[in-house]
Amino acid sequence: MLKIDNLHASVEDKSILKGINLEVKPGEVHAIMGPNGSGKSTLASVIAGKEEYEVTKGNIEFEGEDIEELAAEERAHKGVFLSFQYPVEIPGVSVTNFMKTAINESRKAKGLEDMPAKDMLKLIREKSELLEIDRKFLSRSLNEGFSGGEKKRNEIFQMAMLEPKLAILDETDSGLDIDALRIVANGVNKLKSNDNAVVVITHYQRLLDYIVPDFVHVLYNGRIVKSGGKELAHELEEKGYDWIKEEVNA
Amino acid sequence: MDLKEKLVSSFLAFENSVDIDSYVHDVRSEAIKVFEEKGFPSKKEEAWKYTSLNKILKVDYSVFPKQENALDYKDVKQYFIHDIDTYKIIFIDGKYSSHLSETTHDGIDVCLMSAALNKPKYRLVIENYFNKAASKESLASLNTAFASEGAYIHIPKNKIADKPIQVIHFSTGNESASLLQPRNLIVVEENSHVQIIERHQSLTNNAVLTNSVTEIFARKRAIVDYYKIQNDTANASLIDNTFIKQQRESIASVHTFAFGGKLTRNNLNYYQEGERIDSILKGVTILGDKQHVDHNTLVHHIEPNCESHQDYKGIFGDQSTGVFNGKIIVEKEAQKTNAFQSNNNILVSDKASINTKPQLEIFADDVKCSHGCTIGQLDESALFYMQSRGIPKKEAKALLMYAFSNNVLSSVKIPEIKQRINKIIANKLGVDIGFDL
Repeated sequence: MLKIDNLHASVEDKSILKGINLEVKPGEVHAIMGPNGSGKSTLASVIAGKEEYEVTKGNIEFEGEDIEELAAEERAHKGVFLSFQYPVEIPGVSVTNFMKTAINESRKAKGLEDMPAKDMLKLIREKSELLEIDRKFLSRSLNEGFSGGEKKRNEIFQMAMLEPKLAILDETDSGLDIDALRIVANGVNKLKSNDNAVVVITHYQRLLDYIVPDFVHVLYNGRIVKSGGKELAHELEEKGYDWIKEEVNA
Repeated sequence: MDLKEKLVSSFLAFENSVDIDSYVHDVRSEAIKVFEEKGFPSKKEEAWKYTSLNKILKVDYSVFPKQENALDYKDVKQYFIHDIDTYKIIFIDGKYSSHLSETTHDGIDVCLMSAALNKPKYRLVIENYFNKAASKESLASLNTAFASEGAYIHIPKNKIADKPIQVIHFSTGNESASLLQPRNLIVVEENSHVQIIERHQSLTNNAVLTNSVTEIFARKRAIVDYYKIQNDTANASLIDNTFIKQQRESIASVHTFAFGGKLTRNNLNYYQEGERIDSILKGVTILGDKQHVDHNTLVHHIEPNCESHQDYKGIFGDQSTGVFNGKIIVEKEAQKTNAFQSNNNILVSDKASINTKPQLEIFADDVKCSHGCTIGQLDESALFYMQSRGIPKKEAKALLMYAFSNNVLSSVKIPEIKQRINKIIANKLGVDIGFDL
């Protein structure tokens, strides 16, 4: 599904990703871990198509097609979804209208008519129940004045609405209390199927107790320096990242 | 002969051609003297520093409409708010169109200025109100000198106008360039309520300059909601002079939706002549090309315990220019005044510009006044966020800009107006989205 080959990327001439190789197949859950500043969020943004990041070398293939030249919205239309570490506040645009616009723009790109209002409402009801989101919440301005947990829950709600093929969850666990974490993880797990894939970017192992990865990768200094099964996450939790740094620097 | 000379010399002929009602005749004669003395404003005047009339005054305008033109409703329906029942006072090239209008004298007067100026039964109202709010500024005086046609709306005591009133001034471009000077008088008596929608619309690309004066009197506890929809063609310029006198406990709101023409100047003046008055001034300005819009507001707090709320949002693209000049005067007697003003702008192009200038003159010591102006750009991180959800950049920008102006739109009381404005905004921003936030 996703095939990243020798990916180099920089922002304002500062090189951040220095040769990433990663392959994600349908049905898989990958976790990307690593110390602060290792390039985790950059990788997520580059896959999603943030313009400020320049791909200087290598390529990103999604379902057999190079996507690094595509605009962010085109990648979204193909089924790439990024849950933001810091969801942006958009005053004046309600959650509901934002989702309506997003879904209908995706449909437009596929040559489909707008989703009938009745179906839209039904979908919103269904998915908000999945994430245990209060109806009143949906008429509020997107992310404005939301608590950290509400923002993250709202990200997964959007994911549920858009049903992406590849979901990248960037530090979705940060700012979540244990109940919110359970709700969010439960949401992700319910959306999981053999046809879609999830990449979880996290600093801590905590979320991986709920969203269990098939593969764990350690990103350090712009490269994936170690890969393993879910037990690697436990090892990192116990030992921290210093031993990885030592291994790499040795 | 320049435009000023042309106007001054045509005054005599004009004054002979209409009736010589003594009061109005005196007012008009006085006004032409003021105009003759002051002439058109120039950039040397502080209030006109950022708006130059030079170019548009060089055009050879025909000063009086020569022939009457008819329009088919179906051809101009799009400029009406047509999905609700309204009274309509419609003018074509400055002449009343009975065919397109729907006036009334049933309980309220929704009719013509020409009738009010000429018929004895309106004489008292005319003597009490005509030119009693308009300033002695040169452009208003010019309009006064030639004041003969426009909307006349009189809502007697304890009446709620049963439906909104639309006042539309069409110009058909049958002259290569025309000057129009509509004059509107609106008197809303004690405890009464009216909603008015005003539009100036050119139907061709021929030059048109409109110098309009509207006087509004909101008497005790009256409520006036006024909506100005400005979305004209590239050769249509508008100088809108609106003067509102409020008596105690009245509420008067003006929403100005300025999508521009060529040059637009909105002189909006409020005079608070009583206690516990609320004055509301709201504006959304969205410009492109080389359009120019100048909002020049005045709120004069004269009595204690009053409020004023100003909120203007502007979005400027291409090489458009905007001006916001908001003056608040709080007289010594006007203690406990609450006056708020905010002007927020987004520049979406490197070549667009905005000049914003709050002016507060406060002579009372126990008041709350605040003003704030901002000039910014669209939030790039918000754009990426929206794009990552599948909303293309252009639509994402439009949605952000719409959301930015939504504060102003949310106070529009007639849903059909809001829908219409939404459509104009979508059109203006080149997107096809509903904005039903």
